Amino acid sequence: MANFNLNINGKSHQVDVDPTTPMLWVLRDHLNLVGTKYGCGIAQCGACTIHLNGVAMRSCSLPVSAVGNQPITTIEGLSEKGDHPVQKAWLEHDVPQCGYCQAGQIMNAAALLKSNPHPTDDEIDGAMHGNLCRCGTYTRIKAAIKTAANSMG
Amino acid sequence: MLVKTKIGRRSFLKSTAVVGSGWVLGFSWTGCQSETSDSEDLPEEWFAVNAFLKIGNNGRVTILSPNPEGGQNVKTSMPMIVAEELDVNWEDVVVEQAPLNTDAFTRQFIGGSQAIRQGWQSLRMAGASARQMLRQAAAQAWQVPLEEVTTRQGVLHHEGSGKSATYGDLATAAAQVPVPEEVALKDIKEFRIIGTSRKNVDGHKIVTGQPLFGLDVQQEGMLIAMIIHPPAFGLKLKSMDAGSVRQMPGIRDVFSFKSMQDEYERQYFDTVTFTDLVAIVGESTWEVLNAKKALQVEWEAITDTEVAVDRFGQKQTITVPAGLEGSAQHRTQMEEAMSRPGTIRRKDGDPDRAFRLAVKVIERSYSAPFLAHNCMEPMNFFADVRNGKAQLIGPLQKPEYTEKTVSARLGIPLENIDIQMSRLGGGYGRRSYAHWLVEAAVISQRMEAPVKLIYTREDDMTSGIYRPTYQATYRAGLDANNNLIAFHIKAGGIPESPLFANRFPAGAVDHYLAEDWSINSNITVGSFRAPRSNFMAAAEQSFLDEVAELAGKDPIDFRLELLDRANKNPVGSDNEYDPLRYAGVLKLVREKSNWDQTLPNTYRGVSAYFCHNTYAAEVIDLVVKDGNPVVERVCCALDCGIVINPDAATNLAEGAIVDGIGNAFFGSMTFKQGVPDHSNFDTYRMIRMGEAPKKIDVHFVQNEADPTGMGEPPFPPVFGAVANALYKATGTRSYHQPFLKGNQMLG
Repeated sequence: MANFNLNINGKSHQVDVDPTTPMLWVLRDHLNLVGTKYGCGIAQCGACTIHLNGVAMRSCSLPVSAVGNQPITTIEGLSEKGDHPVQKAWLEHDVPQCGYCQAGQIMNAAALLKSNPHPTDDEIDGAMHGNLCRCGTYTRIKAAIKTAANSMG
Repeated sequence: MLVKTKIGRRSFLKSTAVVGSGWVLGFSWTGCQSETSDSEDLPEEWFAVNAFLKIGNNGRVTILSPNPEGGQNVKTSMPMIVAEELDVNWEDVVVEQAPLNTDAFTRQFIGGSQAIRQGWQSLRMAGASARQMLRQAAAQAWQVPLEEVTTRQGVLHHEGSGKSATYGDLATAAAQVPVPEEVALKDIKEFRIIGTSRKNVDGHKIVTGQPLFGLDVQQEGMLIAMIIHPPAFGLKLKSMDAGSVRQMPGIRDVFSFKSMQDEYERQYFDTVTFTDLVAIVGESTWEVLNAKKALQVEWEAITDTEVAVDRFGQKQTITVPAGLEGSAQHRTQMEEAMSRPGTIRRKDGDPDRAFRLAVKVIERSYSAPFLAHNCMEPMNFFADVRNGKAQLIGPLQKPEYTEKTVSARLGIPLENIDIQMSRLGGGYGRRSYAHWLVEAAVISQRMEAPVKLIYTREDDMTSGIYRPTYQATYRAGLDANNNLIAFHIKAGGIPESPLFANRFPAGAVDHYLAEDWSINSNITVGSFRAPRSNFMAAAEQSFLDEVAELAGKDPIDFRLELLDRANKNPVGSDNEYDPLRYAGVLKLVREKSNWDQTLPNTYRGVSAYFCHNTYAAEVIDLVVKDGNPVVERVCCALDCGIVINPDAATNLAEGAIVDGIGNAFFGSMTFKQGVPDHSNFDTYRMIRMGEAPKKIDVHFVQNEADPTGMGEPPFPPVFGAVANALYKATGTRSYHQPFLKGNQMLG
């Protein structure tokens, strides 16, 4: 076990955990931030996507010891009132069905738009390739990403 | 329309009795209430008018959604029906997940696309009877005749006296009014909420990551549990050495247990693969995962095992056969079964003679593999079983059945069992078989502590309850005028037959034969989105395409000809479809897809199917890019009667189409020596974003038929449309799913 000082959603958190613990379980079990989802544990489904230094990361495969003082953003911290343009676009298109994968989709889409504000269809497909949606809401996800991109100017 | 309130009347009587004695709210954890607007304007007091709804003193209305929500959007659409008849503004409605209460609600489960269809009447009556009780309360308060009291969006009026009051003003009085013997339902033309698109009531919570799912449940002192099950079908637990693992950090206990006693008579939804399990219980998920990896367990082969089963009163003994099965062996077994006569399920005319007389005869065989459900939220459940009581929270499809199972296993009476339904991170049939709830409960009972059981993705994918593997051979005979005169289906599967003997084209062909077979297996199976239909539609609709081609007819015209025959002069009397509605979706899809237009470099396939009370037809447009098929567009026509929430129904159809394309091209679970070949998404091929259609258009037949479900019906036709479009693109027919192998990509 070891102590870690983590900067999550703009706040400082201390946890005492095994250094190999993936951030996913630090968030869910130790900090009660359960918006980040467990789907596969091997970085194949994207349900656990968070931002590390503003870049999309699979938290299931990111040991807490690798984080250091790099800031982390989770779905709970993406916006204060759930009004990030990507979240608003998701509501406008009423994207979710079961909803389980959507936090990961939104985090990945938000990171995409930050690095590429006006992605082409192929760029969206490429960037979102690692996020599975078992309900099959892909066409709405893509439409929502475009709406968010337009609203961000 | 006046209807007797007999249906669901128990719920009204029951609920009026509890008014005043304190309404017991279902959920004690966060995530139960969903606002339909942003308003936080909650009332000081709620009055329960009946089991479905409560009216606040400020006019806000809480509607309880009786069925579990797994992405089919019933948590929005079922309350919409209540709100419609109650006559309130949707923006004034708060939706709550109802507790499991089989006295108050009927059929509190999801499956078979029946929630809306079977809930329709009681949901309407819940709203309508409450509205009538409010009118009655107003009539009494104002001393005016009941029939002169009208309502408009949450407000009561009496024109003669000019009096008006909000529902909130009269909620307390209405709750004392006797439940009416009969109520008037709205004319369909007066609907203001039904038929309009309303957003998912949990949308905001989903996009902000608030706790909604079973895996999100956290409680004070809660432990994390995982199980270890045998690595292969046909194996069982022999022994384990828990010694050093018990000492690992954060580990509380490691023990073996039986999730079901050997002598227990299993009920319909009690399908379970492995009943002798090892539990690892600890303080955090990561610590338990590490202990799970370190634990040494020995397995041994099972012998033929007899299991007592009670299928809704039909008692039988099922033998689970010993052996380590493999997919190659399955193929051989199925070929052998196909070569022997099957059990005849329907015979019209003289098929043998008709085939002899036929000028052209065509025979084709189709197959599909086992499929894993792969819900994004792995199986899990929270259980707190202490002091003779069980509190159970999590995602499941059939709580009213599982409640009985867990009661029997724990030896705790039903009244001390409380099951709360969280949102399901996908179901597709898999969460009908809630053995993991029972496992969580047994672990909690032993630990005397609240426990959350989590399946890893690997546990989830390798613990069975798959879509069965199927095979079907179709034969058709045409006369000299290219009329279909003889039709023969022989279908089977491991371990069940997929056959529906009375479905189309039965009823449209004079000489018809349907027969089937099945082969026992120790690989467990269960419902998978449109069970059996998902394969039969694929085989039948691919075959009809080829028969149409042989007859030199357009595939839509060919189907319409057969449906016309079934309508005007049906063969047999137990045909399980309405030929006019069936033809209706085909005509609509032909129009909306511009079927009669040839598009350059675009290859089109059509398919239609009727199952779970809803008619669906689809046209898929493929293009070929760098040698790979790309699904450019899908056009879908549906007849599900009145559409409650059009955009949500559209979303569901889009999802079913994407799901179908994915499974048609990639879906497959195979076995070697009893071991599943895939255990996670690195090798189990799922459709990904770039492979989804570029565009999906969904159209609904406009009619006033009572609404039917949408969860399953748009799924089965996809496979045939894909196969038929692929044929146009490649010149080669696809008979065996999955249509693409290995790491091939779409587009």
